[in-house]
Amino acid sequence: MCECIENKIKLEVQEIMKPYKQEKDNLIPILNEIQEKYGYIPKTAQIEVSKYLNIPMAEIYGVITFYARFTLEPKGKYNISVCLGTACFVKGSQAILDRLKERLKLEEGKTSADGKFSIDTTRCVGACGIAPVFTVNDEVYGHATVKKLDEVLNQLEKESIN
Amino acid sequence: MKTIEELNKIRIEKRIELDLRKNTNADTREKHILVCNGTGCTSSKSPQILENFNKLIKEKELKNVRVIKTGCFGLCAKGPIVIIRPEDTFYAMVKPEDCKEIIESHIIEGKVVKRLLCKDIDGKIVDKLDDLTFYKKQKRIALKNCGVINPEDIDEYIAFDGYRALSRVLMEMSQDEVIDTIDKSGLRGRGGAGFPTGRKWRSTKEAKGDKKYVVCNADEGDPGAFMDRSILEGDPHSVLEAMEIAGFAVGAEKGYIYVRAEYPIAVHRLQIAINQAREYGILGRNIFGTNFKFDIEIRLGAGAFVCGEETALLESIEGRRGQPRVKPPYPAEFGLWGCPTLINNVETYANIAQIILKGSEWYSSIGTKNSKGTKVFALGGNVNNVGLVEVPMGTTLREIVFDIGGGIPNGREFKAAQTGGPSGGCIPKEHLDTPIDYESLKEIGSMMGSGGLIVMDDTKCMVCLAKFYLQFTVSESCGKCTPCRIGTKRMLEILEKLCNGEGTEYDIYRLEKLAVNIKKASICGLGQSAPNPVISTLKYFREEFRQHAIEKECKAMECKALAKIEIDEEKCKACGLCQKNCPVNAIEGEGREKRHINQDKCIKCTTCIKSCPFGAIG
Repeated sequence: MCECIENKIKLEVQEIMKPYKQEKDNLIPILNEIQEKYGYIPKTAQIEVSKYLNIPMAEIYGVITFYARFTLEPKGKYNISVCLGTACFVKGSQAILDRLKERLKLEEGKTSADGKFSIDTTRCVGACGIAPVFTVNDEVYGHATVKKLDEVLNQLEKESIN
Repeated sequence: MKTIEELNKIRIEKRIELDLRKNTNADTREKHILVCNGTGCTSSKSPQILENFNKLIKEKELKNVRVIKTGCFGLCAKGPIVIIRPEDTFYAMVKPEDCKEIIESHIIEGKVVKRLLCKDIDGKIVDKLDDLTFYKKQKRIALKNCGVINPEDIDEYIAFDGYRALSRVLMEMSQDEVIDTIDKSGLRGRGGAGFPTGRKWRSTKEAKGDKKYVVCNADEGDPGAFMDRSILEGDPHSVLEAMEIAGFAVGAEKGYIYVRAEYPIAVHRLQIAINQAREYGILGRNIFGTNFKFDIEIRLGAGAFVCGEETALLESIEGRRGQPRVKPPYPAEFGLWGCPTLINNVETYANIAQIILKGSEWYSSIGTKNSKGTKVFALGGNVNNVGLVEVPMGTTLREIVFDIGGGIPNGREFKAAQTGGPSGGCIPKEHLDTPIDYESLKEIGSMMGSGGLIVMDDTKCMVCLAKFYLQFTVSESCGKCTPCRIGTKRMLEILEKLCNGEGTEYDIYRLEKLAVNIKKASICGLGQSAPNPVISTLKYFREEFRQHAIEKECKAMECKALAKIEIDEEKCKACGLCQKNCPVNAIEGEGREKRHINQDKCIKCTTCIKSCPFGAIG
């Protein structure tokens, strides 16, 4: 990462932290905001948080890796997430996840080398009425089938080339 | 700052205005179009429906028509749902483009749009919400305002007796009287374990400490459960009011709501509710002119199932990894930052105001001997009416699955129901008539849990299901204690072996032994209950485990290594439908040739089985 981007992140993170008191219990709310903004938690941001809250980097790393929402790697342009809640599982979401991994040749939680796709799993997005579901960024696709997933992927691949 | 008199005034005026929401004979020329904006319906474009209605009303300059955003109506399978009041017309699976027809035909001409009405289980078309079988056996206490009021408008909550319980508590009751009322009502914790709520309140009140806290556990981690979220989305003020009552009863001035960040709508509406309550002076200092002060803050969880455990949740609020503490001391004595802390679940809180207003006797008259009141379940899986249901304790599983849930789709058979999520167990056919309460569920090897209820038909493999839950616990184990961290991993490995056709009978024995030991030796509820899905499936479906281990067969054909899909040549009519639907082109044969499956290409997705009109594939 070049220095100018690092500086930019540094300043932005300082801005995010401003409303928070320098107390330890604000660590998770701050990390949540950083994750929301960047789609992951950059190392530069971790260093800033560590300085501001006076918490060792190791502890911050421990917290980040503990919670499923926090990631150390940026998400793809299209983050495809398959719901593995029980209601979706019972209706066959595992087959959808397997197919997704096979098509994109990616593992869960990973981003493709070109930064276009990433695969995630979630536990219940709350749309059990239209199970099984998968989401592409914030768009929810209900009553999913392997065929429907293929169609969506074809469409996204076309879009990403253009 | 509102006084009690001002609150009463809002209630009376607003109640008259909103009479049409609950009274089908209301004497009014107004019409309210209620659009569900819970997470389920939002996923199928209900915000767009709301917008279209508003646009149309403006375009056509309609007076006396209002569009209202509400929380979940419960019948998610038929979403997005639109209801017109006062006549109570129920429109199901509405699309944004249907709005025009509803406005032109129903609102302007007074003609019901028949094609959008809902079909009941018996195939009859029903035009009123209350006539649906889905609602008939339900009793709504915790969900009483969901789908009735606009959750983003505090006045609507006040109209239906909102904050009346709080004013009564502050004006007329002592701390002990409040606790006695809750105690006598028989209310038990709805988060899963069912600890008597009154007793929890009392021990927090009696604990020594200058500072005390009230916490709401809204970290609903059970996959496939969405009760708490729906309450927060549909009626957030009910939780705020109850937390204040709890704060008064135990002597706390500060409350925290720990809610999953994955619930953006719930978080948003909670924040609006808190802001409105502060504006009205219902949160803050000198509430209703008394000395009582109380404020509430939202804390976002970051996706860890174990944080639903109360001490792990406290660790997380304090900014650390959510690892459970060893109990005792319990949070009532040593909670947030070492201070006495009361933790209750969302649904528990949603009952409190009603108990204060209607009395403990009313509440304890509902339910069974040891389990009082109602319970909300998120009904999902292979059942027709997926959705949110609230039933009195003691209702049988059969009533929930077949009467309210409308039975199993596609003419399949009921195989099992799972309650309690990753901590609970499976209930087979022979126990369908068990009345649901804390004790009877425990007796048959399951548990109440937070309220996830997943129905499975006969195409589901129970070994696979056990594996699914173990995968969940392994990834969610916090790692603090060895039996849970390593033990569940070993159990998962054995289950994987069984599903891959590499298991032996000895593996089943080892699985059972491990399960017992993990249950005994883990420090928190997650570990102690992690083996439950395995223990209960072994208890009722041992034969299936044996088939996997010895006969190397998975009758449900879910375990791919053990499944072989073939086409019965005698039954095949060469229609080619299977070929058309196969996603990997594994089916060979042309024209009038009988089709057959290339086993090397087949991914066992079973799409062909579902698409064959002659039942020739299996």
